[in-house]
Amino acid sequence: MDLLGFGDLLLSGAWVTVKLALTSLVFGLIFGLLGASAKLSRFWPARALATAYTTFIRGIPELLLVLTIYFGGSMVLMAIAEQFGYTEYIEISAFAAGVAALSIAFGAYSTEVFRAAIQAIPKGQWESAQALGMTPLKTFFRIILPQVWRLALPGLGNLFQVLLKDTALVSVVGLNDLMRQAYVATGSTKQPFTFYMAAAVIYLGLTVISTLMTTWLERRADPASRRAAA
Amino acid sequence: MNWDWNVIIEYFPRLIDGVWLTLELVFFSGLLGLLLAVPLALMRASHNPWLRALPFGYIFFFRGTPLLVQIFLIYYGASQFEVIRESVLWPILREPYWCAIIAFTLNTAAYSAELIRGAIQAIPKGELEAADAFGMSRVLKIRRIVLPRAFGIVLPAYGNELILMLKSSSLASTITLLDITGAARTIIARTYTPLEIFAAAGVLYLLIAAVMIGSFRLLEKRLNRHQHYKMPAELAAVDPRMVD
Repeated sequence: MDLLGFGDLLLSGAWVTVKLALTSLVFGLIFGLLGASAKLSRFWPARALATAYTTFIRGIPELLLVLTIYFGGSMVLMAIAEQFGYTEYIEISAFAAGVAALSIAFGAYSTEVFRAAIQAIPKGQWESAQALGMTPLKTFFRIILPQVWRLALPGLGNLFQVLLKDTALVSVVGLNDLMRQAYVATGSTKQPFTFYMAAAVIYLGLTVISTLMTTWLERRADPASRRAAA
Repeated sequence: MNWDWNVIIEYFPRLIDGVWLTLELVFFSGLLGLLLAVPLALMRASHNPWLRALPFGYIFFFRGTPLLVQIFLIYYGASQFEVIRESVLWPILREPYWCAIIAFTLNTAAYSAELIRGAIQAIPKGELEAADAFGMSRVLKIRRIVLPRAFGIVLPAYGNELILMLKSSSLASTITLLDITGAARTIIARTYTPLEIFAAAGVLYLLIAAVMIGSFRLLEKRLNRHQHYKMPAELAAVDPRMVD
């Protein structure tokens, strides 16, 4: 892929996009699991907090979240650092702001996916684990979570596609991702259609790969269906 | 760090101007998108494999790429071709407002077409057979049975799609439009109070979303008053963010 000599630039941008998406996925999954645990908690402030989190985050645009964290985040961090006597200027990198914004958004949506999956597991399993003398935490990690994975995978796969497309928003605050590099190439060649189309094709390729990966993971996580298919 | 209420109060009218533009963008692209989505959905639900394959590429492209790329392709991309720059369409394609409407329309049409296709396929077979038994022609059956039923079934999912569109409309700010996000960004460029102004903008989005959810609940109650509705799994699969 040459593209008037800008092919490598686009590919390096695509690599940043992939890194951003995967990093945000890891943190987003953690937020989602924490959110789901809070939603299913017996402690009401935890439930209220989780409900506030999902309602607010799902109601505001992801772009607004990216902008708020990038421009507002350093102010908050500096205010906190000042309490500890640190008065230098703190700047948040576009990548860090992107990871924060995208994983918070992914977490809000995956909270619901995890909650539904956890609730789909029969209560009897919790009870039998308890009868075997397992602590709730141990039950969660050994009995519930491995099954939640299978139930939540289709939903999470779809959310990852959304996340992958949302990474383009971080180019607005200057991250050198695929979108940004297409913009750079456009600036010196005056061929916007060519480069945005090239970027679109690469994004399509990434979404197709992520779909294939999800299908593969789903088959792996569900031996029963694999046997039925064979 | 001091929280400055005054800056919110002072610039609030500017944000409200942004609200109108945001609503305008969502309303017009929602309406046009729906008009485009219905024929696409009918094609996708058709028994003719050629007819079914035709909108596939369109839907695949618009659902598989970021909306930001689509906006830039239309707003910046169109200018690359002299044919377009000299055509009668140029006065439209030069305007960021119309480019945003075109991009949002094409994008939402692709998602809505899949939702409506799912709804059409979720109509109980018996109702279609009953229409055949009455001797209805294909067109009459679509007009009187398929579309009204599909509309009732798709409504909750379409309401969610509109909320997602409301959120996506913030991308209009990237091509210089002063919607809520755009207005907020210009205010912040002057005052440098990102937390206050972005928070105010976020609250405005939440309020609009709340009003939209409320009105869709009412509409849904009225349209589906003959049944207790449950969203079919195939509709939820179109966009996972819709499940709550």
